[in-house]
Amino acid sequence: MSKTIKWEYSPAPEGTGHIELKKQYELFIDGKFVPPKSGKYFKTINPSNEKTISKVAEADQSDVNHAVASAKKAYDKTWSKMLPKERGKYIFRIARLLQERAREFSVIETMDGGKPIRESRDVDIPLASAHFFYHAGWADKLEYAFPGRQAKPVGVAGQIIPWNFPLLMASWKLAPALATGNTVVLKPAETTPLTAMKLAEIIQEADLPPGVVNIVTGAGETGKSLVNHPDVNKIAFTGSTEVGKYIMKAVAGSGKKYTLELGGKAANIIFEDAAIDQAVEGIIDAIFFNQGHVCCAGSRLYVQEGVADEVISKLRKRMETLIVGDPLDKNTDIGAINSKMQLKKIKSYVKLGSEEGGSIYQSSCPLPKKGFWHAPTIFTDVSQSNRIVQEEIFGPVLAIQTFRTVDEVIAKANNSPYGLSGGVWTDKGSKIFKVTRDIRAGVIWANTFNKFDPASPFGGYKESGVGSEGGIEGLSGYVNLV
Amino acid sequence: MSSTFATPIDQIGVKERVSRLFSRSIKKESKVQALHLALSMIDLTTLEGKDSPGKVTQLCYKASHLHDSFPGLPNVAAICVYPTMVPVAKKALKGTGINLASVATAFPSGMADLQAKLDEVTSVVDAGADEVDMVISRGKFLRGEYQYVSDEIAKVKEACGNAHLKVILETGELATLDNVRLASDIAMEAGADFIKTSTGKVSPAATPPVVLTMLEAIRDFQAKTGKKIGMKPAGGISTAKQAIQYLVMIKETLGDDWLSPNLFRFGASSLANDILMQILKQSTGNYQSKDYFSID
Repeated sequence: MSKTIKWEYSPAPEGTGHIELKKQYELFIDGKFVPPKSGKYFKTINPSNEKTISKVAEADQSDVNHAVASAKKAYDKTWSKMLPKERGKYIFRIARLLQERAREFSVIETMDGGKPIRESRDVDIPLASAHFFYHAGWADKLEYAFPGRQAKPVGVAGQIIPWNFPLLMASWKLAPALATGNTVVLKPAETTPLTAMKLAEIIQEADLPPGVVNIVTGAGETGKSLVNHPDVNKIAFTGSTEVGKYIMKAVAGSGKKYTLELGGKAANIIFEDAAIDQAVEGIIDAIFFNQGHVCCAGSRLYVQEGVADEVISKLRKRMETLIVGDPLDKNTDIGAINSKMQLKKIKSYVKLGSEEGGSIYQSSCPLPKKGFWHAPTIFTDVSQSNRIVQEEIFGPVLAIQTFRTVDEVIAKANNSPYGLSGGVWTDKGSKIFKVTRDIRAGVIWANTFNKFDPASPFGGYKESGVGSEGGIEGLSGYVNLV
Repeated sequence: MSSTFATPIDQIGVKERVSRLFSRSIKKESKVQALHLALSMIDLTTLEGKDSPGKVTQLCYKASHLHDSFPGLPNVAAICVYPTMVPVAKKALKGTGINLASVATAFPSGMADLQAKLDEVTSVVDAGADEVDMVISRGKFLRGEYQYVSDEIAKVKEACGNAHLKVILETGELATLDNVRLASDIAMEAGADFIKTSTGKVSPAATPPVVLTMLEAIRDFQAKTGKKIGMKPAGGISTAKQAIQYLVMIKETLGDDWLSPNLFRFGASSLANDILMQILKQSTGNYQSKDYFSID
């Protein structure tokens, strides 16, 4: 009989012929695309090959003033006066247009941010349109969300979003703000502005009244101008804990409402009675989804002693089957690191982990020469005292410890300044109830990980943030109840 | 041999893994390679009460003449028939190098006493079967009589002599993936050379979650004992696309070693023609009518 063959998957790249990208993107203010007053632009590159994709306007204080003034005018004159059911229609329209152009958005998201097309196609873009659909439905039903109370909009919301899920985070921010009657100035992250600018085109196409949504691109300074603007009534921020702390100080005493969705260092706990193969898959999803650029990533793994050898051995084998490379290839599991800066940070933590005495294991996958890449990495022989166990790395790096008892693992899981998410894997229901009750984290998944739904609130304890997004809890961040 | 130490399986997790594996995009050269490989893994099967010597002879001819107008195609791995057809098939397959498999042990229900089953196995092996496809006693398994199931497999294995033993779990009757995993473990420990999903007579037959669960059992068994056990999904696999999806599943669960008819088979009757149609499409760029492929 025939011998064993070596069967490799041929490249299966998603086409890019169908997308439309401009050479230069302006600011989106008052329903129009306007050049920045300073005339300054910055490049946005494809992190998988370092090629420039487009130039994007850099908004300064005067542009932010313009955007906030437009938002305030639209709030006073149009949006807050509109019948809620009419508001809902606009949001439904945005959701539908986004759904229709899902393929184009997926490709652009992958080009601009480096994430695999499998994820932008199956997760980011469908979830983004789902958020608009879900919140469109709430627009004229707020009295049911807050029975016996009247939900009044807050005014102008300043929204600052991160680079890890660019369009999805834009939808998490925009959809509830619009549904509750607020107007918005949104600032996308400087490394991933393109899908937000494409969304601006959809917003224009949906004929949303001018000024209801304004999008200003730029870096930290642009965000700072927005946070400190006196006519902004609410700040919604997703990003680092460091910036979150700055925002809290800046808005203190200003009367601005705020929600902050910050860092995490989630404990993912595998008990010895878990379905091991599925748990291994869960570990992979928890830490390597989106190259580990996930605030709720399961970056601390705790494995019960009796199955530790089996789990780690299976995890290593599974890591070998992960395909790392061209993010546009439909078979790619792990794409490019989002930026040079982030890659530097990840590498410094990996170096630190080894210096601290951790045992490192990395997939043997070849990495492309151009662009920013990091192999999937795990550390064993680490403890709660290691910095790679304590600090958020925001990359494909997992720190593994073992434990013996339920109480021990709960104590270790809670021994963190963060409290955003967590995971528990066991075949025993009662253990799930105990662990999920005792761990202080905003969301804990049982026998699964990284599952999201617009109806499910998402937010953290401790340094992981203030307030929630999604569901009724998310709506409450955009209303004053009277 | 008790369920206390059974490996738990999370059904939702298995389904998610399956859909991720099945989302692999297999194109161009890798597709052509996969189609040829899948063809060489087929156990071309006819298991009907109305089977005639003529039909079996025709099937045996087709096994080594899949599409003679297109050179370079492999033969299928084996022909699979009922015990009474073994002598006919043996004669027809002479000199082809194609294996002859016979179902046995009161296929498909397995509702016979042990001695009758062993006699049947001995008779098909004596008549020249290279491979024996047995069924497990599902009634005993579901009652928790795992030792009985195990002993029965071990005795059948003994009766097989040099013939390869495929153990059919009939997963459609086992109800849960936990049971599928346990039955796989029992069969491998008792001496199975292959484990096989189904008889094709019970619905559902081979489903992707069942196949993945069995492949993971095989992988764990190899890690524990060093032995490589084969896998045969059977029933319900009729398209080239499904076959390629299963090849992806094998590659990423067990590795390239299992990408061989020695360790993986498809039990199927109509799969071969769909694969042939796809191979010709890859070569010519056009789909041909079904009438261009023989129905034997």
